[in-house]
Amino acid sequence: MTQKLIIIGAGMAAGRALEHLFEQAPDAYDVTLFNAEPRGTYNRIMLSPVLSGDKSFEEIVTHTAEWYEENGVTCRFGEKVVNIDRAAKTVTSDTGDVLPYDRLVIATGSNPFIIPLPGHDLDGVIAYRDLEDTNAMIALGDKPDAKAVVIGGGLLGLEAAAGLALRGVDVTVVHIMGHLMERQLDEAAGYLLRKALVDKGITVKCSANSKEILGENGKVKALLLDDGTELPCDLLVMAVGIRPSVVLASDAGLATGRGIHVDDQMVTSDENILSLGECVEHNGDVFGLVAPIFDQAKVLTKTLLGEEASFVNKEVATKLKVTGCDLFSAGDFADGEGREDIVFRDPARGVYKRLVIEENRIVGAVMYGDTADGNWFFGLIKDREDISEMRDTLIFGPAYQGGDSLDPMAAVAALPADAEICGCNGVCKGQIVDAIGNGATTLEDVRAVTKASGSCGTCTGLVEQVLSVTLGDDFVMPAAKSVCGCTDLTHEDVRRLIKSRALKSQPAVWQELGWSTPNGCHVCRPAINYYLLADWPLDYADDPQSRFVNERNHANIQKDGTYSVVPRMWGGITTPDELRAIADAADKFDVPTVKVTGGQRIDLLGVKKEDLPAIWFDLNQAGLVSGHAYSKGLRTVKTCVGTDHCRFGTQDSTGLGIKLEKHLWGSWTPHKLKLAVSGCPRNCAEATCKDIGVICVDSGYEVSVAGAAGMEVKETQLLCKVGSEEEAIEVISAMTQIYRENAKYLDRIWKWVDKVGLDWVKAQIVDDLKNRKALAERFEISQSVYRTDPWAEHAREKAETYQPIANLTLEAAE
Amino acid sequence: MSWIDICDLSDIPLRGARIVKTAVGCVAVFRTDDAEVFATSDRCPHKGGPLSEGIVHGKKVTCPLHNWVFSLESGEAQGADEGQIATYATQVVEGRVLLDASALTTGVAAE
Repeated sequence: MTQKLIIIGAGMAAGRALEHLFEQAPDAYDVTLFNAEPRGTYNRIMLSPVLSGDKSFEEIVTHTAEWYEENGVTCRFGEKVVNIDRAAKTVTSDTGDVLPYDRLVIATGSNPFIIPLPGHDLDGVIAYRDLEDTNAMIALGDKPDAKAVVIGGGLLGLEAAAGLALRGVDVTVVHIMGHLMERQLDEAAGYLLRKALVDKGITVKCSANSKEILGENGKVKALLLDDGTELPCDLLVMAVGIRPSVVLASDAGLATGRGIHVDDQMVTSDENILSLGECVEHNGDVFGLVAPIFDQAKVLTKTLLGEEASFVNKEVATKLKVTGCDLFSAGDFADGEGREDIVFRDPARGVYKRLVIEENRIVGAVMYGDTADGNWFFGLIKDREDISEMRDTLIFGPAYQGGDSLDPMAAVAALPADAEICGCNGVCKGQIVDAIGNGATTLEDVRAVTKASGSCGTCTGLVEQVLSVTLGDDFVMPAAKSVCGCTDLTHEDVRRLIKSRALKSQPAVWQELGWSTPNGCHVCRPAINYYLLADWPLDYADDPQSRFVNERNHANIQKDGTYSVVPRMWGGITTPDELRAIADAADKFDVPTVKVTGGQRIDLLGVKKEDLPAIWFDLNQAGLVSGHAYSKGLRTVKTCVGTDHCRFGTQDSTGLGIKLEKHLWGSWTPHKLKLAVSGCPRNCAEATCKDIGVICVDSGYEVSVAGAAGMEVKETQLLCKVGSEEEAIEVISAMTQIYRENAKYLDRIWKWVDKVGLDWVKAQIVDDLKNRKALAERFEISQSVYRTDPWAEHAREKAETYQPIANLTLEAAE
Repeated sequence: MSWIDICDLSDIPLRGARIVKTAVGCVAVFRTDDAEVFATSDRCPHKGGPLSEGIVHGKKVTCPLHNWVFSLESGEAQGADEGQIATYATQVVEGRVLLDASALTTGVAAE
């Protein structure tokens, strides 16, 4: 008598196994096929083209009703198996039917993971797994002004979002990680992908935590994020991952872990029950890709037929492609030791390529924008080919093996004659080329004739490139100092490009400006972080991980790893209560050294990192805030006592100093910024060796800039004289802002003024009142974000991060 | 190998580090990428700087005191500087960070 074979699940794994079975032994078994979905096998991978409208469902069906009939399969579609009785060798379906089996195959696949957010059971919350989900999304596209939210920025979520957008739905993707598809893509490729999706009209929110799904009359209405943002939607798609479907097997007492345990023959812990596909776990691995699952189908068939076969999980590289985006990712590019990167970026074309090399072999490849060579790299990964011979040109692909390298001057050469090179003086490329035609051969010549690069100087690099392109070998490019080894661009180039191309994130800078490293280095990252927050205060969030330790921990690290804590004393004025609080804190935290600083305040030296949040909290209670004694930003405004007490004082220098400090504190600047206000020309506050100094005189206030009293000693130069405190504050705000917007990172004001000339600065903020006001307003916009006490915020929200994450000495002591 | 569950991946800031106190001194656990973690001795061999406070870039860290750069994979000082820091095996399993503690117990330290 023919043996009875029952298969639970008609997914792609079961479909493939049945094909093998009927090819090899059509009469070996009497087959009954259960499927919870009311249909047979179709190509689930192709649901995305169905969603986008490129294919109909009929086109992706792999096994038709006729096929099942021809092969004598009893189909029980839309019927769920609810129980397996291993002793009686029967299964029970949800209709109550009990069917006997000789061999049973569990191919239940996987279930979409639904985050148990409040409201996850509302109507209109779906996964993206089967035809029903796909149809729900297609139906939404027919509704006018429909909105959808997709939780999950992985492959599945983005396919859903892209499909919905093509159907005219207003889609927002909410992703918990910092960039899209973080398991397959690195940050740079994730950035480009995001850009492409945004161009398609999809809204993308990364680093976004979902809090609750809001509903109305049992139907989904919006997604609430934990930052309070509400995203209205008519449909919410959760595409955050899948889990092997093991409940039926584990209820039947089969061995399960993450998946149903199977041996090399695809047999479970019960010799009569086999399993394959996404529901199994083999040697600790679970499966989501079709290639190994089809291998399992072959082995399972052999086992059913009593033949020898073993499943081996071949470590093949995986590759993927997202519909509508030119994207390629293969192999492993994240974890691992002894790996090196080869990175290629062509910002003009939006191209990014990265190869991960290990022991002279490519182990991973990520490409964006130009994926033509993807399969070639994929082949090299799969074949584990030694690439040491072609390493130098490898990244350019097979066509470039031994070919020419790319011309870095091409971009400048391609600029039209009316392209503006120098914004300050309104000089176009054509004028510079004309000047060269008339005999100019050096940067200085061009500057003398056209004024190009003669003012703020940020276009110097461009002018030199025009010279080089025009003169060819006759022009020797001066070795412009690049920011660091990660780029050939100078600080000035980077600042100009961040503004002109509206680059508002680190990945945008790395990609668009062709950085050669994945995320910069300790030299460029702090500079880029500063440029971004200075130019885009409302769009860019300061990145603590791109800051030097002192600015990250809001205290100065000392040579023994302890920190110094300096609370702010506005204008150098303090009170007995503040002094008591400082003394109490010094006692409580065993501060070994208390020192009066040159900036008129008190330094507590030798505080342990773990104690920082607690000492800050105590100081905060007395009204003391961070003195930013650690920052490239406003340090202090030193004052003398002025008209309050001094018989020579001409103005209220202390009062103006306090006003200035309250106005400027918290701001980040290219380097540290120290001010002083002296009440008369006797200059007790030493204002004439500060970055910005004010000397009070009977008729008003003399504002001078560009002093120094460090490795260099320099006297300030007079910027202007003003009649009122308000005007002094406005001029100083504008001065601070113009320095913030234009200077190279780590240039003090004097160094920067030496480069651009005091005359240029005067023209901008003394003569041009409109510009002065605009600069002061931009400073105020930035201060709306940064005029705040970081100590209070860290003591309140980040105290935990100052402690060790774990202590293993306790276990070791056992 | 003796894997000890240290913390959640999200407890370590991306391109940042946290420290683990051990019998052989502080170990810095770095997160260089979304799901990529390395552990090394926290102490720079130059002047004892806390490497966990350095800027993390690529698979490297720069010591905050005098800018020595170390490979987090090999523990070797980069560039002209010569030095070596101990490295410890880590793995990330379902969002948890595991540290190989076999070299961090008192037994080894006592040798």
